[in-house]
Amino acid sequence: MAEKVGVYVCHCGSNIAGKVNVEEVAKWAGENLQDVAVSRDYKFMCSSLGQKMIEDDIRGEGLTRVVVAACSPHLHEKTFRRACTNAGLNPYLLDMTNIREHCSWVHRDMDSATLKAKSLVSAAVSRVKFQEPLEPTYVDVNPATLVIGGGIAGLQATLELADAGYHVYLVERSPSIGGHMAQFDKTFPTLDCSACILTPKMSEAGQHENVTLLTYSEIESVKGSVGNFEVKVRKKARRVDYDACTGCGICIEKCPRKVVDTEFEAGLGFRKAIYTPFPQAVPRVPVIDADSCIWFQRQKCRACEKLCPTDAIKFDQEDETLTLNVGNIILATGWKPFECRDIPQYGYGRLANVYTSLEFERLCNAAGPTNGKIVLRDGKTEPQSVAIIHCVGSRDVRHNEYCSGICCMASLKFGHLVLEKTKANVYSFYIDMRTNQKGYEEFYQRLLEEGMHFVRGKVSEITDAARMPNEQGKLIIQCEDTLMGRQRRIPVDMVVLMGALEPQSDAKEMGLKCGISCSMQGFFTERHPKLDPVATMTDGIFVAGACQGPKDIPASVAQGAAAAARVQGMITKGKVMVEPVVAKINEEACSGCRICNNICPYNAIEYDAERGVSHIITALCKGCGTCVSACPASVISGAHFSDQQIDAEIEGVLWDVIRPKSAVVSAN
Amino acid sequence: MKYAYYPGCSLESGSAAYDVSVRAVMQCLGAQLDELDDWNCCGATEYFTQHELVALSVIARNLALVDKQYDQLVAPCAACFLNLKKTDKLMADDPKLKAHVNEALGAGGLSYKPGTVRVRHLLDVLYTDIGENKLRQMTKRPLAGLRIAPYYGCQVVRPLNGFDNTEYPMKMDELFTWLGAEVVDYPVKAHCCGGHMTQISEPQAFELIRRLLQSAQDYKADVIVCICPMCQLNLDAYQSRVNSEFDKSFNLPVLFLTQLVGIALGLDWKKVGIGKEIVSAEPVLRQRLLSGAGA
Repeated sequence: MAEKVGVYVCHCGSNIAGKVNVEEVAKWAGENLQDVAVSRDYKFMCSSLGQKMIEDDIRGEGLTRVVVAACSPHLHEKTFRRACTNAGLNPYLLDMTNIREHCSWVHRDMDSATLKAKSLVSAAVSRVKFQEPLEPTYVDVNPATLVIGGGIAGLQATLELADAGYHVYLVERSPSIGGHMAQFDKTFPTLDCSACILTPKMSEAGQHENVTLLTYSEIESVKGSVGNFEVKVRKKARRVDYDACTGCGICIEKCPRKVVDTEFEAGLGFRKAIYTPFPQAVPRVPVIDADSCIWFQRQKCRACEKLCPTDAIKFDQEDETLTLNVGNIILATGWKPFECRDIPQYGYGRLANVYTSLEFERLCNAAGPTNGKIVLRDGKTEPQSVAIIHCVGSRDVRHNEYCSGICCMASLKFGHLVLEKTKANVYSFYIDMRTNQKGYEEFYQRLLEEGMHFVRGKVSEITDAARMPNEQGKLIIQCEDTLMGRQRRIPVDMVVLMGALEPQSDAKEMGLKCGISCSMQGFFTERHPKLDPVATMTDGIFVAGACQGPKDIPASVAQGAAAAARVQGMITKGKVMVEPVVAKINEEACSGCRICNNICPYNAIEYDAERGVSHIITALCKGCGTCVSACPASVISGAHFSDQQIDAEIEGVLWDVIRPKSAVVSAN
Repeated sequence: MKYAYYPGCSLESGSAAYDVSVRAVMQCLGAQLDELDDWNCCGATEYFTQHELVALSVIARNLALVDKQYDQLVAPCAACFLNLKKTDKLMADDPKLKAHVNEALGAGGLSYKPGTVRVRHLLDVLYTDIGENKLRQMTKRPLAGLRIAPYYGCQVVRPLNGFDNTEYPMKMDELFTWLGAEVVDYPVKAHCCGGHMTQISEPQAFELIRRLLQSAQDYKADVIVCICPMCQLNLDAYQSRVNSEFDKSFNLPVLFLTQLVGIALGLDWKKVGIGKEIVSAEPVLRQRLLSGAGA
């Protein structure tokens, strides 16, 4: 039986019509392509009038197949499938061909673009005739959610969901939740105390009936798909019994082993071998660092064990692997600071009084190693002048091309703190001052009035090689002042390097586990940079905070809440549609070679040992086609991508080559 | 290991100590250096100020002269290295320029295809090709106790050098730690020595030289080590003038990289040109390297 195909060519305003003669394409298809019953062009096919045109033709003309030549199916396939459904046609009998991104937007010459559009339409018409009606299935959404990362973005997402009544597993790699924000002293531009606004959220998450906190834990693997993920989490051995410990802190107090704290105190302070990162840590249960613990190193001591009132110390505790079942996952894995040693001419690690911004946060913090006193490395001298260098590793093609976004404001905050706490002169060395959020520009004005000095120019080097008597014993900032148009040398006592925000070093690995990709810089890629900033290309996986790109606290909180809202939407709906575009094994012909088992990126193929054949778990299959092409016996077929459909598409695109010459109608 | 060798004019005259020590050290390390036949001056910086095409053609002639059996050309002089490397790159990037230069070379029956010869600085060869293991193994007289200030100058640190950080180089620092020396990590090691400024304006030139000597002295260096004949000349020959101009008493011997590598390898001091420098290195070398050693 011959099919009746309807072809609809969209102008997309001038997006397509500016480079493709759409009227001609529609006319040509109607006259020349086999089985085309109707062929029309329209200004905006996605408009309600355009959709109605298709629906009317399906009903009126009895169309059995529909081809829409317009933009990418990513944008409007759903729209046109809905139109087909409305008119009673199975939505999988539609084929959308992209003559915008793949044609009009990438060609300059109208004739060539029109010819290519014809080929694309011809391919779609050939293919659509072999498409089969398919029925989607629906699966229940597990209402529990996994949040990875306990910084401010992850905390916000966790609390939003937990408060809405849904269970959340919050997995954090370090011994406490809180993230970088717990290290900060003040937050810009309001100068409220970072800990004061963060710790209430931390303790709320720690005590919430709907939150299962898994600190000191790592994600091992993620399996499954939206609605039903199975996640393996490795709880690293704390060597302290989580339930027995009351958090009294006697063990920490009595532990004789003191080591430099390179994490929370950024190398400026000390901690014990058994420790919580900071006093307000959540949970209060400490961990034993086996690399520095005297018992683990020399089989002596055990002071903590002897003194623990609840016998909570468990030296023989081992890592434990848990399996979590969740419906959705929010990645909020945060950022890591730029390694300032990679710009050796700034002297970090060589010149004592050059600090990183994270070190300086600890220096300013009243709970930090100097009790909030801003002093030089000697621990007592107050600086008379402080230089703050912007864009260290940011906006620099040799390191990171992007702007880290937060450093201008953090520099202003530091400037304010130095002016408030010391008598020092403060210099900011900036390229451009970027203060474009609510209240930020006002804060910049405030610092101008407070007397912070601003020098516009990129610092070329920081040196201790004095030329003038006033430079003796100082750190000299050599820089071109681009407003004055001259080189300047400014001697100071202390330098703060505002290092870039970089993606976590294992972000790519984490992305692979969850089936999402990273940008060139290593930040997680969102589904759409403007219209879908917290979803990803994998359904059920969301991103929030600085793991998606550098951002400050308000933006991280907003994304955490937005991701939670998206997850709530999924939970409330209760079911997710599973595309019927999946692979299928003809089990009678399967030899059980198991080649497909290992190459499936979604672990969707199982081997049935009893029957000696492989079969596909439809709920997990994404229809990627890897197994279809790998099967040596060609007994796996992909629904919606059958060999027949693809062959027809290829024949269609080559319409002007394969057909006998006499049958070819001139492109003009 | 076999390399074509481009000594450059300075090494034939004022910097003969560099040439003899390069040859002695490379022979000792088992690397073959074959001097390029009929090489000509690279023109330093001067030719470029006159006529760029002429300057490039003069330099490219040397690249064209490299025999097929060599794929690498080693230059010990920072200016020669930069000029040769730059010419190769400019010709590769600009087909028109390549054609012009080859037209000029054609008059002498020569031509050069960019990318054929890999231009290497001697420091890169010692650091990368010879490498840490071999240098450590071959060290017969460790430079222990000698405080060395490696001075890179401004030419080998240009962005296309391809072997070291262009802002704050470290390769020579590392190399001398392999040989047992105490390396002085002083801040001006890639600052300019003034080049030919001594011939144009002495006050400016002397100030630049003073800064380098001052910083090396502040960091308690015993010797300054150069990888460029111009740098060595300025720091060594003008040291007494700088002393009188600024009322200083610098007494810092300025040697070439391979002279001290040679000493570490156990070569005869005379054979590596010790004694050719103006500010004598012998007293400090004797004091640091021979005292107590009974040599």
